[in-house]
Amino acid sequence: MTGTLPIKQAATGVALILAIAAPWLLSAYDLNLLARFLALSLTAMGLVLIWGEGGILSLGQGVFFGLGGYALAMHLKLAGLAEGELPDFMIWSGTEALPWWWSLVKSPFAAVAAVLVVPTALGALMAWAIFRRRIGGVYFALITQALALAFATLLVSQQGLTGGFNGLTDYQTLFGFNLNLPSTTLALYFITLALVVAGLLGLRWLLASRYGKLLRASRDGANRMRFLGYDPTPYKVIAFAVAALLTGMSGALFTLHAGVVSPALVGVVPSIEMVIWAAIGGRNSLIGAIAGALLVNFAKDKISTAMPEVWLYGLGALFIAAVTILPQGLAGLFGPDHPFRPGKAGDLFARWRRERAKTASQPIAGEAAP
Amino acid sequence: MDAAFLFGQLFNGFSVASLYILAALGLALSFGLMRVINMAHGEILMVGSYLAYLTILFVPGPMGIIVAMLVAFLGAGMLGGLLEVTLVSKLTSRPLDTLLATWGVSLILQQAARDLFGATGVSVTAPAWLDGGFALGPLQLPTIRLFILLLAALILGGLAALLRYTRIGLLVRAVNQDRATAAAMGVNVRQVDAFIFALGAGVAGVGGVVLALLGPVTPTVGQGYIVTAFLVVILGGLGSVVGTTLAALMIGLFMALSQIFVDVSFAQVLTLIFVILFLQFRPQGVIAVRSRALDAE
Repeated sequence: MTGTLPIKQAATGVALILAIAAPWLLSAYDLNLLARFLALSLTAMGLVLIWGEGGILSLGQGVFFGLGGYALAMHLKLAGLAEGELPDFMIWSGTEALPWWWSLVKSPFAAVAAVLVVPTALGALMAWAIFRRRIGGVYFALITQALALAFATLLVSQQGLTGGFNGLTDYQTLFGFNLNLPSTTLALYFITLALVVAGLLGLRWLLASRYGKLLRASRDGANRMRFLGYDPTPYKVIAFAVAALLTGMSGALFTLHAGVVSPALVGVVPSIEMVIWAAIGGRNSLIGAIAGALLVNFAKDKISTAMPEVWLYGLGALFIAAVTILPQGLAGLFGPDHPFRPGKAGDLFARWRRERAKTASQPIAGEAAP
Repeated sequence: MDAAFLFGQLFNGFSVASLYILAALGLALSFGLMRVINMAHGEILMVGSYLAYLTILFVPGPMGIIVAMLVAFLGAGMLGGLLEVTLVSKLTSRPLDTLLATWGVSLILQQAARDLFGATGVSVTAPAWLDGGFALGPLQLPTIRLFILLLAALILGGLAALLRYTRIGLLVRAVNQDRATAAAMGVNVRQVDAFIFALGAGVAGVGGVVLALLGPVTPTVGQGYIVTAFLVVILGGLGSVVGTTLAALMIGLFMALSQIFVDVSFAQVLTLIFVILFLQFRPQGVIAVRSRALDAE
């Protein structure tokens, strides 16, 4: 990153130290929340890659989140069972044999592989099918939204295969470790933190590379890129697949920390909420995305337990504020990670600045406002 | 599978398509004109439904539903106009941001409806003259469904006539074809935008009345239709009325006919795959408005 201020580096360092010390500073409940929300920040970072840098708004990230979450949750359900036994909800809903795609994740290594491979592969395939035909922008956003709806509906309707509306819950062991022991929880927290830091550094490297430059070019002028002999499609497909990978990991980690995965986490509404994490933090800032995911979710947790009806008004206002007042998110307040893009029609602050400049210059006779 | 069942599904397809047309027309018009998608469109349907509920409380009797449609048209249209002037018009250069901001509006409207009317549904009873049905051989076609089909056809016809024969229609077509040139020729594009947005919201309001006739009115009543309405807009092409109509018919029939073989949720997935596959062959949708602009989206 160019031109980072020392104060920003210092703040990042302090945040990292606090995150490492968190298990000794927070109550078990708050630590669990922190772990969950750190897991979610991987999704937000993926959105910075595709939305902020690639100009691709996906309203269906819940699908990849769910694929990661369910792949792991299916394994966790099987891990607690004896050979030949069926998960409890299958017995209740009269499913007689374990479906073949459940037996694929019987081994924990296969489950981890599925968490990594399935979302990435589906993301790449979808992105290729759509971007190949130069479909983008609002069209892409709406198609992914429909995907999220279809995915959640499928999960709910296939009660006997997916646990239906209640999802999958009640996990005991992973790789032989008891998930209910405090030491396991602590280890999982540090694994999550390590993955978030690795994701941050990896994406930083990716965005600083030549690839990152070409991705931004495909956002800002796809046709100009074509004239120069580049095809924008593969750059977008790679970005979308990487984001799907991060989101899948995010879903799996969240499932571990929350102890449940259900259609309520993967549908249309949660998928759009994911976008607001990146928007509030700053769609062009990876650190901002982490901060946004943590802030919005802690706010949601605190507000919605106290006054559930207020939260939806608050969330709605956040969406409106994020695009009208703070298009660069909170990161936009702290010096540019990227050069500030001035003067877009919707930027209320830019207009306010223009108008202030106009009124300020009025007393000087004969001088035109800029 | 017997023929009567097949025809029944076909009729269902047309019936559902007529709902999608009412829900999607406003979206398609404003999308064609401004390239923005209004995520609060579902809540405009919802507002139409609640306006119908309130109107019937004050104007009972057989003609209440007609009054309700007028009230919903005007009320939803005013709400749409307000939304356009205060928010959407400020964001037209950033379509994806418009989408997020209007999503925020939709959350606020939903919660407001929950606070005003409660989370459980209220219901609107259809007047007696919409009860019953026509027998067509072994098939029973409900009057109410026929009424909705007729209503959709009337609105489509009215809209087409408005766009074809009136001065405002001429202006709308001019802005639709080439915004910059129209503006240079003295067309007030801002007013045209606001007019179309309000008109589209009004149509959605009437759609909301129809939804109120078919089932309970809840704060999320619009959500059930809106995602499919978005698909209709994508499939239909850039804001063409004909394209929207054809796309609504295609999706309605595809859903109804695929439900012969699979359940509703699979039908939804298949419909989505159908739309993506269709766009592989015609990325510009059923009807494309030709543009010479290089970076048109």
